[in-house]
Amino acid sequence: MAVSGTDRMVVVPKENYRMQRVRNKTSDLLYSIFRYALIIGISFIILYPLFLKISVAFKGKQDIYNPTIYMIPQHFTLDNIKLAAQVMDYLPLLANTLLFVTITTLLTAISCALAGYGFARFSFPGSNVLFVLVILTILVPTSTLMVPMYLHFRNFDILGMVHMFTGREGINLLNTYWPSMITAATAGGLKAGLFIYIFRQFFKGMPKEIEEAALIDGAGGFRTFARIMLPNAISPLITVILFSFVWQYNDTFYSSLFMSESPLISLKVASLPAQANQLIPQLMGFGSNSGMKADPNYVAMIVDTGILLAIAPLIILYLFVQRYFVESIERSGVVG
Amino acid sequence: MRTLRLSLKSRRALLGLAFISPWLIGFIFLFATPLLQSIRFSLSNLSVAPGGYVLDFVGLKNFKDAILVDATFNRILVDSVGAMLLNVPMILFFSLFTATLLNQKFKGRTMARAIFFLPVILASSAVAAAESAGLINLMGDISAVDSSAEGGASFNVLSIVRMLNDVGLPMAYVDYIVEAIMRIYDIVSSSGVQILIFLAALQSVPGSMYEVAKIEGATAYESFWKITFPMVSPLILTNVIYTIIDSFAGSPVTEAIYQTAFKTQNFGLSSAMSWLYTLVIGLVLVVVGWVLSRRVHYN
Repeated sequence: MAVSGTDRMVVVPKENYRMQRVRNKTSDLLYSIFRYALIIGISFIILYPLFLKISVAFKGKQDIYNPTIYMIPQHFTLDNIKLAAQVMDYLPLLANTLLFVTITTLLTAISCALAGYGFARFSFPGSNVLFVLVILTILVPTSTLMVPMYLHFRNFDILGMVHMFTGREGINLLNTYWPSMITAATAGGLKAGLFIYIFRQFFKGMPKEIEEAALIDGAGGFRTFARIMLPNAISPLITVILFSFVWQYNDTFYSSLFMSESPLISLKVASLPAQANQLIPQLMGFGSNSGMKADPNYVAMIVDTGILLAIAPLIILYLFVQRYFVESIERSGVVG
Repeated sequence: MRTLRLSLKSRRALLGLAFISPWLIGFIFLFATPLLQSIRFSLSNLSVAPGGYVLDFVGLKNFKDAILVDATFNRILVDSVGAMLLNVPMILFFSLFTATLLNQKFKGRTMARAIFFLPVILASSAVAAAESAGLINLMGDISAVDSSAEGGASFNVLSIVRMLNDVGLPMAYVDYIVEAIMRIYDIVSSSGVQILIFLAALQSVPGSMYEVAKIEGATAYESFWKITFPMVSPLILTNVIYTIIDSFAGSPVTEAIYQTAFKTQNFGLSSAMSWLYTLVIGLVLVVVGWVLSRRVHYN
């Protein structure tokens, strides 16, 4: 670091200059080889488990104990996928999960965009304190709120209104979708604080003149937001929707807390190994004889295939939005 | 509105409140109230009664129980804080390195980025649970485990250890590096969001600064330490805090708190445990934040 710029400004003879260029070129080449090696290596680490699962999903039963097979199976079969889908009750499960996740994602995106815009563009008494509280919601671990939230939704009763009208002690909302819907609609769901932060940073960076023009043209606050600001906020919207969708889809914390009995993929996957062990002998026609056990390696194969089925929708979704997502980082709203 | 004769300023204030009102309602009823309740629960003995619950005030007994009586809690707490302190530097180093790499121009950059963010999509505690159960519990016989391990780790770790030791690195560093290498998949898969944040930060560094540095004859190494590093340093703080918080998600402590509440029905003890956890994490955040923010360069 002690090298100062002026050392290199000294006029060099032509021979040296050529040498220098050759040296620069080779070091550039070496560097780019090194870079590709690293990037390909890390990509391999990321993709390897995925490839392994895909390979397992199409592998015939005969191939389990064949050590000469690497990745590409000898006996292609769709049986594993069929069996795993049967064990998981896949299609109804998927439809249910997608409906639930889509609704909560939309509610989260709307409520967080509103809150982010409110914090970015309006000053009202205590607005800074309230924004600090948004950050606080990110910092406090969810497990701290777990027990009160559970009890709260067990006897759901805001301001005693249910008690006042019906005389009952509140409604039990556990094992319904309401707890997640309510938290999502009030910008309090999974990592909602982070999403509010992302939106706020983005809206802060937008020119004020657009809004003023809309105001002069007679648009009200909400109209300006819906017609002018939101259409311009596509990139943070995609980021938030993707993250919210994915995290909700993968979430086990809230879903096992509030709706442990609901058919959701994240809950099903966690119990998949036990279930596969129990169900596979039956499905393969051994009857419900409890003494019968399926080959553990075969069960592991089915579990792997099941995991692949569970994450497949996310991968397909990602393939579609990945371009917008990566671009949105480029013109990022994340940091602002 | 006109009849109320509000000034533009207060009308804007009301509009702002209207925008944040969904969040505000949620915050009051679903965050602040439970938070206060949780403090009350941690100081009480909670028993579920038909149609509600009964609280008996017991003072700090739950906290004492959590630290002194519970067989595993204090060990789990210390372990996971220790693991967190080890993980954060690794994840941070890896994500800054990767972000710098992905920010350079090369063929296939878009694809590389898409692949590097894939772990954000696939990181799921449910999948991880199913995977570990699938491998350990079900692959009963040793031969199967052997054959399945063959693909992954066929290189010899010992040779690396010996090599690094010969170079003259202290054993503690060698351990750290080897551990990082062995857990590379975990590190890669938990640094997606951090890479994203760093990448966004790198993009906001004006390119003209690098041009000037190049004309002045700075090497890539120098321009990294003199330009890139100071420019992204505020985001290092953000990333440290994010990583620490992110390590809550699937930690054994959270699991222990959950088990105490819903398996043994000891809600008071569980609340006390979660408050101890919150306080420890809060303390770590304050210390780390204080140390780092003194070194951060803001422009």
